[in-house]
Amino acid sequence: MDSITIDTINPKVLKCEYAVRGEIVTIAQKLQQDLKDNPGSHPFDEILYCNIGNPQSLAQQPITFFREVLALCDHPSILDKSETQGLFSVDAIERAFQILDQIPGRATGAYSHSQGIKGLRDAIASGIEARDGFPADPNDLFLTDGASPAVHMMMQLLIRSENDGILCPIPQYPLYSASIALHGGTLVPYYLDEQTGWGLEISELEHQLNTAKSNGIDVRALVVINPGNPTGQVLGEANQREIVEFCKKEGLVLLADEVYQENVYVPDKKFHSFKKITRSMGYGEKDISLVSFQSVSKGFYGECGKRGGYMEITGFSPEVREQIYKLASVNLCSNISGQILASLVMSPPKVGDESYESFSAEKEAVLSSLARRAQALQDALNSLEGVTCNRAEGAMYLFPRINLPDKAIKAAEEAKTAPDAFYAKLLLNATGIVVVPGSGFRQVPGTWHFRCTILPQEEKIPAIVSRLTEFHKKFMDEFRG
Amino acid sequence: MSTKPLDYENLNENVKKCQYAVRGELYLRASELQKEGKKIIFTNVGNPHALGQKPLTFPRQVIALCQAPFLLDDPNVGLLFPADAIAKAKHYLSLNSGGLGAYSDSRGIPGVRIEVADFIERRDGYPSDPEHIFLTDGASKGIMQILHTIIRGPTDGVLVPVPQYPLYSATISLYGGSLVPYYLEETADWGLDINDLRQSIGQARQNGTTVRAMVIINPGNPTGQCLTEQNLRQIIQFCYEENLVLLADEVYQKNIYQDKHPFMSARKVLFDMGQPISKELQLVSFHTVSKGYWGECGQRGGYFEMTNIPPKSVEEIYKVASISLSPNVPAQIFMGLLANPLKLGDISYEQFSRESKGILESLRRRAHIMTDGFNSCKNVVWAMYSFPQIQLPPRAIDAAKKVEKAADVFYCLKLLEATGISTVPGSGFGQKEGVFHLRTTILPAEEDMPSIMSSFKKFNDEFMDRYE
Repeated sequence: MDSITIDTINPKVLKCEYAVRGEIVTIAQKLQQDLKDNPGSHPFDEILYCNIGNPQSLAQQPITFFREVLALCDHPSILDKSETQGLFSVDAIERAFQILDQIPGRATGAYSHSQGIKGLRDAIASGIEARDGFPADPNDLFLTDGASPAVHMMMQLLIRSENDGILCPIPQYPLYSASIALHGGTLVPYYLDEQTGWGLEISELEHQLNTAKSNGIDVRALVVINPGNPTGQVLGEANQREIVEFCKKEGLVLLADEVYQENVYVPDKKFHSFKKITRSMGYGEKDISLVSFQSVSKGFYGECGKRGGYMEITGFSPEVREQIYKLASVNLCSNISGQILASLVMSPPKVGDESYESFSAEKEAVLSSLARRAQALQDALNSLEGVTCNRAEGAMYLFPRINLPDKAIKAAEEAKTAPDAFYAKLLLNATGIVVVPGSGFRQVPGTWHFRCTILPQEEKIPAIVSRLTEFHKKFMDEFRG
Repeated sequence: MSTKPLDYENLNENVKKCQYAVRGELYLRASELQKEGKKIIFTNVGNPHALGQKPLTFPRQVIALCQAPFLLDDPNVGLLFPADAIAKAKHYLSLNSGGLGAYSDSRGIPGVRIEVADFIERRDGYPSDPEHIFLTDGASKGIMQILHTIIRGPTDGVLVPVPQYPLYSATISLYGGSLVPYYLEETADWGLDINDLRQSIGQARQNGTTVRAMVIINPGNPTGQCLTEQNLRQIIQFCYEENLVLLADEVYQKNIYQDKHPFMSARKVLFDMGQPISKELQLVSFHTVSKGYWGECGQRGGYFEMTNIPPKSVEEIYKVASISLSPNVPAQIFMGLLANPLKLGDISYEQFSRESKGILESLRRRAHIMTDGFNSCKNVVWAMYSFPQIQLPPRAIDAAKKVEKAADVFYCLKLLEATGISTVPGSGFGQKEGVFHLRTTILPAEEDMPSIMSSFKKFNDEFMDRYE
């Protein structure tokens, strides 16, 4: 008998799921290998990964200024060479010097303070203040290897047993369901309203909270993803204030996932951080416990592979902050390059800096392209029979609803697959397009969706649209019944 | 209004229980003193670059080029970067679609994992499967992942050496498992007596613990010693008979400063032992870019290699890895460069060789300065550089009790206040009852070592005179 078999592994590991890199991706990878070994073996000649928010893997270019600074910080010995002036912009060199001066011994290869290098946290705090108009304390910041580890830390802190519940939006980014399962807690769902552009109703929050309580669940926190993933909605200010009041009244920790804060595509919506909202309501440290998450992976910088991010924690007692620090210290620190990048993201080039114009141009190009691609794909999806798709106000995804005919649902049952996974697999096999079935994000029971990113290169969008349209027509012809 | 979710009393108990001394009380006190302007010599963490060790040039050149690939198109790039660095950068950029900025495969870039497998094969003489190698954000993350997979509840136990690197105790606490200590024998070069091991496991089982895994740290942290081949064979045999998965933390495999006991990987010994054990014993081996002569702690790069773990379990471990999407890509490249180093004939080989040798030889010299220095001090014995035993007089122990501190914490705090030398008390690593140690590292600059050791001796001998 082996020690780690499927029967003896931690059951929490078995329980958790993460569809973004789940079954559909495994199938896609097999098909990709097929195409390599046997060109022409499928009715498409490339796999189009629309499953994951990984912009640079689909040819989005990094922000030049950020990469210049990072390269110089990785190899500081070239800073004193005259040849360097010819290869790097003046302000990138300046910023690299500035950053290195904040790192003891200029040692980017050393473990830092477990919350992250102090000088970088200062820069991030200033950036938060500039964004919100309210001060931020560098001691409230924990720099992490991406936002995900910070979410895990908070779940670890909050979940004592399966009687502890965390309110999560449905649909949600499955990091939340997975980490709650891993840490042995209970996910308490609250449904976003598809009819009203994925609206978040306080009455729904109250209803779910009370139901959970009556089932003996101690609800500890509320997760809000703004802009939403997979849904893309951007919360209105009034809505945000209601949410803050709700958390304050119910004594819940507000976990604000704001990693898409730089991805807003519609003129009638704007991102407001929950920190800003709470402070503008006159609420401070004593009134509400708030954790805000940010990442370098999204926005217009899309630096997923760097694993950079942070959480800002406010409204916690010193004893609790000590525990959070202790947790952070077990892993010593997050990667230094990611820390540097987080500080660059939160304090980018300003008007007057040499790189400001090219930086702005690059930023604008990425964001406007994302907005165009969102529109094109959204229009295409809405033109399909039985498909409705709310607009992507922000983030990087579309989450269309497909009204699957009964015949298709039966066929899915026979194939022992969820109907949306059934659709997604057929789509993949016919077109090479990889999307994630809505069941991976959860949805109102009896409704079916899939999540598709808006990230494929702009020139590939027409081909995607036509292949998708053709597939969907054939699918409906077969299963319309 | 009831208490709030994140009030101290409502926190997850496991979080409250876990301790991690390396950045605990002594470090916090040292940081306070540093803020007040006192000169502190931080020897609490194996953090070479923080103490002046320079990064190896070649890997930094490669990573800088990977960060800024537009440099590769510049005709003047050759003025700043050698041709082999440029070639390597292009090689690694080609291995991950989207370069440094894209999530890689959740297990790590396939091309790098192949390089790691080749490295393992060259080292051990047995082939290694890249599909069973997962790159992680530091070895620590990998260790935590594996322990999380093993520990189901409070009755699951993990055998951990005493003294140990407190990541193990902290993680087992955090995941709600049970730490089952086994003692290393100080007087036998921190070796292992198999009978002690049997006793530990027997006792644990009597207490209702299901012992599931055994950790070995080889070379040892904090002990600095290598397990003998005989010990490794005994351990492997023991794990096989007792149905334990063996977790081999081998991050210090390149930090050997004595020739008596060379490093042998657990995997090599396992395969040397042949079938059936070589096909059945479950083993996970861990390595890093943070130690050795690289010392690239801040990159957070590491890997674990699974041997004889069933496919379904590997799938589950992969699934959990995928939730965090991917390990950081720059560190994966560091790992590739470590696994697939420059060869004789490469332009940068000579410089790389010289830098590496320089660091290793200096570490070896510092280890000896420290060992000799400690052994010349009153009541300091068995010093194998980093974990000397301090024989504290009873009056010192009483004085410590009076201020409600463990005796070694008391000693280390006094050492810190008197000399600025920041160490970690042995209680942070575990030790036999009534036996005290402190842990230091050999990383301060070589030119500072003699004065550090004389500073220590002065403090220690005065302390001993005072309390005897």
